[in-house]
Amino acid sequence: MLAGVLTSVAAGICLLLVVLMLVFLLWYTWPAIRYNGLSILNDMTWNIGNQYGTGSSVHNGVAAEPGAEFGGLVFLVGTLLSALLAMVFAVPLALGVALTIVYRLPERLRLPVNALIELMAGIPSVVYGLWGTIVLVPWVGNRVAPFVTHHFGFIPFLGGDAGSGNGLFAAAIVLAIMVMPIMVATVRDVLLAQPKSIFEASMALGSTSWQAVTHAVLPSVRTGIVGAILVAFGRALGETMAVLMVAGNAINILPHNIFSPINTIAAVVVSQLESAVSDASGVAQRSLAELALVLFVISLTVNTVARVAIRGQDRSH
Amino acid sequence: MVSRVTRNVAISRLWWVLCISSLVGALLVLLSLFGFVFVRGVAAIRPEIFFTVTQGIAGGLANAIVGTLLLVTLAIVLVVPVGIGAAVWVTQFAPDRLRIVVRLSIDVLFGVPSIVVGYFLYVALVETAGWGFSLVAGSLALAIIMLPYVYRAADLAFSAVPRDLVEASVALGARPLTTFVRVAFPWALPGTLTGLLIGVGIAVGETAPLIYTAGWSNYMPTLAPTHSPVGYLTYVVWTFINEPFKQSHQLAYAAAFLLMIAIFVTNFVARAGVEYWASRTRSHS
Repeated sequence: MLAGVLTSVAAGICLLLVVLMLVFLLWYTWPAIRYNGLSILNDMTWNIGNQYGTGSSVHNGVAAEPGAEFGGLVFLVGTLLSALLAMVFAVPLALGVALTIVYRLPERLRLPVNALIELMAGIPSVVYGLWGTIVLVPWVGNRVAPFVTHHFGFIPFLGGDAGSGNGLFAAAIVLAIMVMPIMVATVRDVLLAQPKSIFEASMALGSTSWQAVTHAVLPSVRTGIVGAILVAFGRALGETMAVLMVAGNAINILPHNIFSPINTIAAVVVSQLESAVSDASGVAQRSLAELALVLFVISLTVNTVARVAIRGQDRSH
Repeated sequence: MVSRVTRNVAISRLWWVLCISSLVGALLVLLSLFGFVFVRGVAAIRPEIFFTVTQGIAGGLANAIVGTLLLVTLAIVLVVPVGIGAAVWVTQFAPDRLRIVVRLSIDVLFGVPSIVVGYFLYVALVETAGWGFSLVAGSLALAIIMLPYVYRAADLAFSAVPRDLVEASVALGARPLTTFVRVAFPWALPGTLTGLLIGVGIAVGETAPLIYTAGWSNYMPTLAPTHSPVGYLTYVVWTFINEPFKQSHQLAYAAAFLLMIAIFVTNFVARAGVEYWASRTRSHS
């Protein structure tokens, strides 16, 4: 009986942790929510106010330093854009890799390839960031960006300033590489769980192996693939260090093309805290917590939809 | 007619070539990453870095190595009773409805970005509770990040304990606790340990949740639970690469190299564990 009580306490901790996090962040953030109103979502300017000025700026009964404005639009846009662009790169790549593993790889290569993909998923974010800073960013800045802006500049969002390499494009590439292994593993498992007869029946009817995959197998695992994409998307939204190191730390400016510096919510929480701590009114720190809360809610939503999709796939066979 | 078949076969070939090249591309990226970290890392490793602490932008990594070990060890101590305890409760004691709720909350925890965990503990423990940057705050952050990995592995492992073994033990007159300790626990241990190792690999490589909980220190970590910041390897990689000095870059490469070695080892042992576990399960059935 004692064992039952002790282990139920452990389960209770697991259960309460998420609730505690949400409630505490909400309580801590409350003054910032009142001060900022909707501007946390639709205002471009992040400014902790004049720390040496007199008087204060008051919104809804909450006082911050004069001129203080906590707009999160730039970070919200950066988060969504970088994660979406990462999906554009990662989804076809991951599908190709997963299909190759399941339908084309000789048996004896499967184990080592799976092991490498798994290893890729375990590489720390800062190591991707280090590689991104030293290898990827100079390559983007010196080769890719000048080439693309010069030859494809007529396409909206591809033209204009080629930039230094730090920016949306580099962030999306690093994110794509980081989330690809998760997506490959999920899609591979979904494909392997599907009865082999679907593929074989289609082949027996005279289709090519690619037709069998696109017309018979993939339609039957559609929801599972959507789930895998959403899980990866959720990861990309919350990724911090690698993005922080290559995204270019944009403040108060929206990206004008694919190579522009950006910033994400996760990255800005790290990079702006030091300055936020110097805000004597404390609203800056609470506004960062509000941004963290926004990220929390977005991730929660994306993951819930992903779970429903994957659950639906499990039920269909 | 023939031409259409030939065309379809050609299209099929073309797409498969694209799929295979995406795998080759992914492996090339991995190769570039490994090559980069290992070449620069091996060149940067000197024996002294294991014995000297960081001094501003130079020196060694002794404080960061010890700090990472301390933070992860304490995180293991914190996460093991909670993660495994919860899994035991869910698989052995829980009513159906609560079982679903616990599993759901673990799934939610999996989706929480690590920076959110870090910022939550920063405002709750470092600021509101006044602990300051500290070992316990940092380890708690790592423990929360490891929890879903440990819980899921333990839940799977305990759910996979064969019923006939448990029933045989009960039929022989063993008390529930004896059955659990002598039959279910040994069976579930390898799977649980594998999950724990994967969690350790994740924890060793974490940065974001530590920056504002463990802080950073150029000195050897003390064992003080609070009010004493702790250094760790990932911080060195992140900050020292942006310093304009060659010595600090060397330290960043060395730290990245050590991290990769640690991840390699935990990954390898975890995989070997999975194989061992799978072979044992097969031999039973």
